[in-house]
Amino acid sequence: MYQYDQYDQAMVDARVAEFTDQVARRVSGAMTEEQFRPLRLKNGLYLQLHAYMLRVAVPYGTLDSRQMRMLGQIADKYDRGYGHFTTRQNIQYNWIKLEDAPAILADLASVGMHAIQTSGNCIRNTTADHFAGAAADEVADPRPYAELLRQWSTFHPEFDYLPRKFKVAIIGSETDRAAMKLHDIGIQVVKNAAGEEGLRVFVGGGMGRTPMIAPVIREWLSPLQMVSYLEACLRVYNRYGRRDNKYKARIKILVHEIGADEYRRQVEEEFAHILTLGLEPPAAELARIKAQFADPAFDAAAPEAIDLSDPDFALWVDQNVHPHKVPGYGIVTISLKPTGGIPGDATADQIRLIADLGRDYSFDELRVTHAQNIVLPHVKRADLHAIWQKLDDAGLATANLDLISDIIACPGLDYCSLANARSIPLAQKISQRFADVERQRDLGELKLKISGCINACGHHHAGHIGILGVDRKGVENYQLLFGGSEGADTSLGSIIGPGFSEDGIVDAIERATGVYLAQREAGERFLDTYRRIGNAPFKDAIYG
Amino acid sequence: MSGEKIKILTGNDLLTGDVTWWTGSGWSTAVNDAVALGDDGAAIIKTEEAAQRVVSAYVIDATREAGHVRPAHIKDRVRALGPTVRLDLSLRPHDPAAAAWIA
Amino acid sequence: MVETLIRLRDDAASTAPVVAFAQLSETSNAVAVRLLPGDDARALLPLLGQLELVEVAFPAYTDGRGYSAATFLRERGYTGELRAVGDVLIDQVSHYHRVGFDAFLPDQPISREALDKAIATWPHVYQRTVDGRTPVWALRHG
Repeated sequence: MYQYDQYDQAMVDARVAEFTDQVARRVSGAMTEEQFRPLRLKNGLYLQLHAYMLRVAVPYGTLDSRQMRMLGQIADKYDRGYGHFTTRQNIQYNWIKLEDAPAILADLASVGMHAIQTSGNCIRNTTADHFAGAAADEVADPRPYAELLRQWSTFHPEFDYLPRKFKVAIIGSETDRAAMKLHDIGIQVVKNAAGEEGLRVFVGGGMGRTPMIAPVIREWLSPLQMVSYLEACLRVYNRYGRRDNKYKARIKILVHEIGADEYRRQVEEEFAHILTLGLEPPAAELARIKAQFADPAFDAAAPEAIDLSDPDFALWVDQNVHPHKVPGYGIVTISLKPTGGIPGDATADQIRLIADLGRDYSFDELRVTHAQNIVLPHVKRADLHAIWQKLDDAGLATANLDLISDIIACPGLDYCSLANARSIPLAQKISQRFADVERQRDLGELKLKISGCINACGHHHAGHIGILGVDRKGVENYQLLFGGSEGADTSLGSIIGPGFSEDGIVDAIERATGVYLAQREAGERFLDTYRRIGNAPFKDAIYG
Repeated sequence: MSGEKIKILTGNDLLTGDVTWWTGSGWSTAVNDAVALGDDGAAIIKTEEAAQRVVSAYVIDATREAGHVRPAHIKDRVRALGPTVRLDLSLRPHDPAAAAWIA
Repeated sequence: MVETLIRLRDDAASTAPVVAFAQLSETSNAVAVRLLPGDDARALLPLLGQLELVEVAFPAYTDGRGYSAATFLRERGYTGELRAVGDVLIDQVSHYHRVGFDAFLPDQPISREALDKAIATWPHVYQRTVDGRTPVWALRHG
């Protein structure tokens, strides 16, 4: 994975110095809150329900054990002993003091980490396929491009005050594991018939109040023009994105209002001009970054067959270990969704254990997934049992990847000042209702996502089952959606009918799974059955 | 809950981010210390924010009964107490009635 | 010492009346223009040769359109004064400078010392912009 050189390190160090000065000026009163607020947001520091919340960047979800260990240390030293992994592959701490923030950023900088642009109306963390560099179906590792994007977007002077936040996701396979089309810009690394690598660029996706699936704006882009092209995309947005209405300020609204063709035309015009300016890093820079994502020294003789006589272990292997591109290896997902637990939360001790597992068993590499789990990307199958035992001791061996209890949930009204309803207690109830692992496996792949408000940080539009928490005359209420998908077959869920209480929606979901079990045909997931038979049977069962 | 309907003032401490409640003379982290406002909420906010003693202050509805103050909106009750899913981290970690108070 | 207008240029400041963009026409003799955030800088292209001052207004510093206007003008060869006006705060100065602003007229006065320090915030830069600084990728590969 990418290692900072002296220049990268100098950048994060300069940012720490800048923010330290800004905090001092805020505390002394030399700066008002109105002046300070966008600045602290650009360092990931929110004022939330209980304290300040700090969102630390995990660029494209990749980190090493030293960095993961630091995340655990920050939880202990500055917070209350735990962190929350987010749906953009970052980590959040909920109990931060402003006066500690500069020291935290300095600690992060010491291991090549930061909280740069994790909030604010600027280009945010670029997310990527959490199986990058490991999955068998990968066309090309998207992460070198993500790293190039990270550098290009960091402290970009023209795009620091956009109409709204800007989120980019990048994948390198036909399988979309990053909800790519639901981002402001989505990029797919592809290969043409001659085997040359190129980029397919989507612009104008998003969730929130007005969910949209991004159209293709550029079918093929040379990788050596990516920065220039993205400059053009952002320039058009910076100029013409709406600034009169916060709820209509994302690029998806602009693309929708002027049309994809017109947006494309304006981008191409700007792109042609930018190509004359020499803004593009040379091929040698992309090559330099790619070299740091080269395969680790895989053992060509690693055995595929392992002892699966322990049924609990076998179940976990079957559910949580994804095929690796190299025989004898597997991609391990560490579930942060224990039965009845808080999705995505991990204690400092758990984080340290996970760091050690990454160091000892995965070539010192870890991933954060947008489903709020952790991945060990390169694990020898022969090591799986040892890993599983350690995870099991720490409550991290729940075998529920992509099952109904592998819930994506935003922090909700327990933590977030934007929320209308709590999401975590609902996730806990659903998890407990479906606790039986055989029942879950019988239901199969069922992506359930909960958002506590319309901002959709829980990605409820993209859930096979989606839940949106609303405020109905001061009482928490929940809307139920079916049929969303974040994969290559991206679709947006539709509301099934009137909303429910917290207990009511758990019952409704159980009835819906009953309909699926009764109606499914061979090989169908819940999503497939729903798409085939439509709303009516579900509505009847739930409201009938 | 019955009780007197009042308006109270809440915000966060600038340095620590702690949720705070206007007591009439200063800021307390205990919601029961919140004092009923007259018409002076906006003026107090202006003074206190300018003096760096609070950020993001705003006026809310609440009820007061027998010395206990209960914010009208669930969001402010969560602020007053702590996350319902981590009551061990709340201001009343050993109070079995805490979860019911928020809801 | 705090100043109202800070210029990073050696030439004398323009004394011409500043014409609002909305009052501009292609036949205008204007040599000084003020752009509001929604004004399209591309309309100034035919006038670049005669302009000695372009003011870009920032009624709110959070409206970042002026950064693109400035970049556009410099990229198309404008060498006159490019002045950021209004809600111009010290924390945005380094970015203003990188997109080509060489003069500042802030509502709240800034000291020249603070401004010089702000411009020097970043020992390195990741992007090539109109300020001519060598981006990190060029340092890496010579």
